[in-house]
Amino acid sequence: MFYVILEGLISVLLIAGGLFAFIGSLGMAHLRDFYMRLHGPTKATTLGMGCILSGSMVYFSATQEGTHLQEMLITLFLFITAPVSAHMLAKTGLHQRLKYLDKTRGKPLEFREEEVGDKPVPHPDRD
Amino acid sequence: MNRRTRSLLPTPLLSLLLLVVWLLLVNSVAIGHLLLGGFLAILIPWLTYPFWDMQPGVKKPWKLLRFFFRVIGDIVVANLQVAWIIINPWRRTRPHFVEYPLMLEERFTITLLASTITLTPGTVSANLRMDGKTLLIHALDVRDEQTLIRTIRERYEQPLKEIFEC
Repeated sequence: MFYVILEGLISVLLIAGGLFAFIGSLGMAHLRDFYMRLHGPTKATTLGMGCILSGSMVYFSATQEGTHLQEMLITLFLFITAPVSAHMLAKTGLHQRLKYLDKTRGKPLEFREEEVGDKPVPHPDRD
Repeated sequence: MNRRTRSLLPTPLLSLLLLVVWLLLVNSVAIGHLLLGGFLAILIPWLTYPFWDMQPGVKKPWKLLRFFFRVIGDIVVANLQVAWIIINPWRRTRPHFVEYPLMLEERFTITLLASTITLTPGTVSANLRMDGKTLLIHALDVRDEQTLIRTIRERYEQPLKEIFEC
């Protein structure tokens, strides 16, 4: 009986993880501009990985000798690196002056014409 | 070289973290691994300490723990929100660039805040302007700029300031 519950828990974690990872990737294909697309991989995918790794942790702890906690390390490194890479990507986007949706409110200093002289680089995406 | 270089444990928290990471990597708590991990955890910070900026010490470990669990909870909530925004076919996003005026001063705590902001409430930190002391944030769906700033200030920046700088 215990194992049935455990199996259910692992399945739920795996499915939720896969679902979140998929939604994160979908967001990358689906949202309208570069800065919005950044949100998918930084959030949904992080939680997706967390779920899958928790599932793996429970599975190996239940089926094999001893507890398996290495997955915590992957989660830790992911949580440290994901924000940094997102920050660098956003910074690069600002530097390249990628277009953003017109309805975006708040005009960052980095985009103001009078601050930076040259023309904005058109970005490869459609409008 | 300041005199703290001479101390055996310049950064106790980092040493503890290194030990834990080592034990997780070898996946055992045998006495040999504890000794080797402990040795490395002391040696590595001791060797690399002169290269680093001064790290602020943790003033209130208990609050750090509370902050940690709050962030974990917020990550889950933020994920659900972002996932809903992505799959909702009638979504109306209100993207917004927000300039967030920083109260924190230490580089390390600012890094922590920026990472927290990226991981949590539908926001990505985009650019840190060290001179103007503002952090540029891109938010996916904001109703009111001031509310967002206040939320971040109360939920994340204030605790961080209390934990590390106060």
